[in-house]
Amino acid sequence: MNKTENNKAWLLVLPVFLLVAFSAIIPLMTVVNYSVQDIFDQNSAYFVGAEWYKEVLQDPRLHDSLLRQFIFSGSVLLIEIPLGILVALMMPTRGAMASLSLILLAIPLLIPWNVVGTIWQIFGRADIGLFGWGLNSLGIDYNYASNPMDAWFTVLLMDVWHWTSLVALLCYSGLRAIPEAFYQAARIDRASKWAIFRFIQLPRLKNVLIIGVLLRFMDSFMIYTEPFVLTGGGPGNSTTFLSQTLTQMAIGQFDLGPAAAFSLIYFLIVLLVSWLFFTTITHLDKRK
Amino acid sequence: MPMSKTKAFGITLYILFVLVPIYWLLNMSFKTNEEITGELSFWPKEFTLENYTVIFTDPSWYMGYFNSMTYVGMNVVITLLVALPAAYAFSRYKFLGDKQMFFWLLTNRMAPPAVFLLPFFQLYSSVGLFDTHIAVALAHCLFNVPLAVWILEGFMSGVPREIDETAYIDGYSFPRFFVRIFLPMIRSGIGVTAFFAFMFSWVELLLARTLTSVEAKPIAAIMTRTIGATGVDWGVLAAAGVLTILPGLLVIWFVRNHVAKGFALGRV
Repeated sequence: MNKTENNKAWLLVLPVFLLVAFSAIIPLMTVVNYSVQDIFDQNSAYFVGAEWYKEVLQDPRLHDSLLRQFIFSGSVLLIEIPLGILVALMMPTRGAMASLSLILLAIPLLIPWNVVGTIWQIFGRADIGLFGWGLNSLGIDYNYASNPMDAWFTVLLMDVWHWTSLVALLCYSGLRAIPEAFYQAARIDRASKWAIFRFIQLPRLKNVLIIGVLLRFMDSFMIYTEPFVLTGGGPGNSTTFLSQTLTQMAIGQFDLGPAAAFSLIYFLIVLLVSWLFFTTITHLDKRK
Repeated sequence: MPMSKTKAFGITLYILFVLVPIYWLLNMSFKTNEEITGELSFWPKEFTLENYTVIFTDPSWYMGYFNSMTYVGMNVVITLLVALPAAYAFSRYKFLGDKQMFFWLLTNRMAPPAVFLLPFFQLYSSVGLFDTHIAVALAHCLFNVPLAVWILEGFMSGVPREIDETAYIDGYSFPRFFVRIFLPMIRSGIGVTAFFAFMFSWVELLLARTLTSVEAKPIAAIMTRTIGATGVDWGVLAAAGVLTILPGLLVIWFVRNHVAKGFALGRV
């Protein structure tokens, strides 16, 4: 759509700008301020330049949780995106069953995140939870509180349970927008199911999938509440992700300087990855 | 197209996977603590409403629901009020720094809440808003407003420009055109935006907990008190959990007819 040049449009954007600026720029400046100072109390702070950044970048705790974070976000995307597409393809297309499955699928999305953690904390316990009890009575030694592998498995399963519906619902609405004529043409050509998926459905899902991947990447990279409730980051540090390391540093130990430097690095990583993903996708699009 | 049996089987299996953990919570909320910690059972042997009574008779419990509802409601209203005109500007006009502005807005959706915890606490304390509903509502605007602008811009770009121009020629002023003609045309977009704003504000706890202490404390934060020195009160915890699922169910019921179209965020 060709847009007209009009700087008065700024007036319409101004409320958003002021509101977000209040909640974003002032706190961000505070963080920047902390990250270059050594603070003892409210009256004595001195400038230390890039010191905290150097310290944080060499901190093995950051390296470990960063690595864990990338493995977690990567696995989340690898499982949830294909599974979400599959679920969307299987959903009923019309009638009461369609509405019903929409509503049921959306439930996990609307549960407060700490309740999600609580549900899985209970569900996975061997003494009072169906899931943990079931696995153990099948002879599998499963305990998410003491075995790191089990903890990882449970955190991942919880995230899949929690968020695959978002990808599925996005894809479902993308699929509904494909005109019936496309399928008729495919039937005339005797296209296989795979060909229909690959050449008709998947290309039309591109836009919703971009949204899905971006939202899932950003949110899984910031995950805090669910694993905190479920495993508390343990056993040991095996499920401590970036947000939790950061919160421990800032609130647990009150290391404001390093925590602030850490915050900014963290924010920049999310920005960089999202930007890279977005420009690569749009660039590929132009080349076609 | 008729639905094949494999498809029906697959989707039923997935929906069961979604429902079983919730069923387990519901099952537990009707049991006594002795039964929960005792033998594992698929159905409460002694069906009890005791756990729910605890919550509904204690103001320090049920006020948590009011608090959460209040700040979520405020957040949805504020988000829509500021995002609607802004999304219109982005979808219709070119202006100085529009692309940069749009990207900057989205970066706030990407900022991890953990980064902002301490500065938020200090900011809202210094302006005297700590432990008020409006503080949480404003803080949640940080991630809801960018998302709302993004969604609404998608829907508005789907409305042809000719409609605006015809209305102006017919002598409509901008506010009158916007409210009378334009907004009704993107109704489902507004519904979906409200749904997303509700969803992300209702489920968020980290900021809501940091910005409140007593007066505006969200229900999700109050739940932690079931974990006491004498152990966990599993029954009440489960009942409180079940009650936090209900408002979401209600909202999804209202928007169910727009969800199919709406989840594409106007970008199909």
